[in-house]
Amino acid sequence: MIPLLETRALSKHFGGLHVTNDVNFALAPGEIHCLIGPNGAGKSTFFRLLLGEYTPERGQILYAGEDITALKPFARIRRGMSVKFQVPGIFPSLSVAHNLEIALQHHLEGASLGAEIRRLLAFLNLTAAASDRAGNLSHGQKQWLEIGMAISLKPRLLLLDEPTAGMSPDETFATGEMVQALNRDGVAVLAIEHDMAFVRQIAQRVTVLHVGRIFAQGTTDAIIADERVAAIYLGEADAPPLRSVADA
Amino acid sequence: MTLAMTLLRRLEGPQTLGRGPAFWTAFALVVAAAIAYPWFADGYTVGNTAYFFCWVFMALGLCLIWGYGGALSFGQTAFFGLSGYAYGVLTLNVGAAYGFTLAALVLAVALSAVMAALLGYFLFFGRIGGVFLGIITLSVTLALERFMAQTAGPDWKIGAARLNGYNGMSGMPPLTVPWFDGDVVLFPDVALYYGLLALLIVVYLALRILVNARFGNVLVAIRENPERAEMLGYDVRRYQLAAFVIGSALAGLSGTLYTAWGQYITPSSMGLTAAALPVIWVAVGGRGDLTATLIGTLLVLGGFQALTIYGSQYALVVMGLLLVVVVLAAPDGLVVAGLRGLGRLRRREASR
Repeated sequence: MIPLLETRALSKHFGGLHVTNDVNFALAPGEIHCLIGPNGAGKSTFFRLLLGEYTPERGQILYAGEDITALKPFARIRRGMSVKFQVPGIFPSLSVAHNLEIALQHHLEGASLGAEIRRLLAFLNLTAAASDRAGNLSHGQKQWLEIGMAISLKPRLLLLDEPTAGMSPDETFATGEMVQALNRDGVAVLAIEHDMAFVRQIAQRVTVLHVGRIFAQGTTDAIIADERVAAIYLGEADAPPLRSVADA
Repeated sequence: MTLAMTLLRRLEGPQTLGRGPAFWTAFALVVAAAIAYPWFADGYTVGNTAYFFCWVFMALGLCLIWGYGGALSFGQTAFFGLSGYAYGVLTLNVGAAYGFTLAALVLAVALSAVMAALLGYFLFFGRIGGVFLGIITLSVTLALERFMAQTAGPDWKIGAARLNGYNGMSGMPPLTVPWFDGDVVLFPDVALYYGLLALLIVVYLALRILVNARFGNVLVAIRENPERAEMLGYDVRRYQLAAFVIGSALAGLSGTLYTAWGQYITPSSMGLTAAALPVIWVAVGGRGDLTATLIGTLLVLGGFQALTIYGSQYALVVMGLLLVVVVLAAPDGLVVAGLRGLGRLRRREASR
């Protein structure tokens, strides 16, 4: 099966600092995959490379078999990728419904646009806040609104950068349920996440990044049980070996 | 009826203040008053009002680029001057027969649009934004001013048109409309007033439709959060460029109309003071809304002229102070703040 997303020897450095180093990664269609690693591991840089906000020095990015390495971000989005940023990326002085309208107007207009806005508001638990200024929402609601905008594009691949940052445990759990509901509709998800409860709730596979390289890869349980992974979070591991826990 | 309703729906939306029967009744009353105005005013005052109308297009253009698109351009005057000089060069060479002044107007505005497309391409596709966009556009208008200022010698002419350095170019014909029983010359009095009023209404309504359409939605999205807008699949550079071209062409329209109104254009129309004034008009009224910009610009222009007459040395100081006060006290603009205050008052009355 052709991976939905694949990187081959992807590398990016800032001066002498190799933030993404020879990363070979593959994501299957319909998979929920979490990307974890200590601060500075290169997770957000890897995301920005996937989105086209950074240009790699070396390597390739393939989406559904097509080389998208040279494409601009908007062109990648039009091919079926979508993203939710770590800091909520919304339009703060517009209403919540207007935020969704801007995301949905690509493929909907008139009555069907209104109906889809109402459906999404209900899905995001934001119906009561439809006409509120988006900038006045709580942090968790802003996160949901941005997820709503991201899924408005009907993506095949959803990139989530710390989707539960700053959320209460209840909000985190509700977000997990949203992600699983989307996944049941066939959306593949790649999420950067620190909250292991959330990772355990949603992930089918986990990749651990450390100093720009893939340190380990496997099922959630196998990764959590791996002492070396715990060690790098405590700053104890040395040079990272490339290996798959599932294969070990 | 259905067509009228559809049109009305397109004129309203989240991007513009004013909607519903109350707003459109007030709009019709204002238009009716503007139509009746020349019957009650003398020719000089009507011509002076036409002079104010000339500038409003530039303000509406800046409102689109800055207020809706979030890109502060100080270059409106560059296109104002460019089109003004283009109108002068064309009409001084070809004359006013066969309605050529109207063709010259279109060509002069088109020149600004083309130049804005060229400059805008390098700005927006080069991902230049924020303060740097302001610096570059200001530099362009100042460079044009400097260039035109040194064209005083007799060698600086294009055909029959002498550029004339800081003394300015003059003697171009006013706008002339060919008619069955002879040309109608739009001298700066009643005829030009009605012509400009009609043009102003058309441009204002067309811009309302534009900003409330999909295009306007994307433009405000870019203003609010360009990264998010791009991550919704919009090529933000194209939208920014389109807004810049339309807004700059409107500045060109102002320049052409001004030149036709006064039969005169000088490099100072592209200078530092001139470049700052549109920013003040738009900021004072409310840059985020077309109606607020329209009202604010006319009020500030009227106030500025009165100040110039009664205390010329203080007029610019007052304008600067006005900008500072607005930025600090009502950053969304005085007209917007006033309308919001009225709305709150009405809601409070209704809840009693």
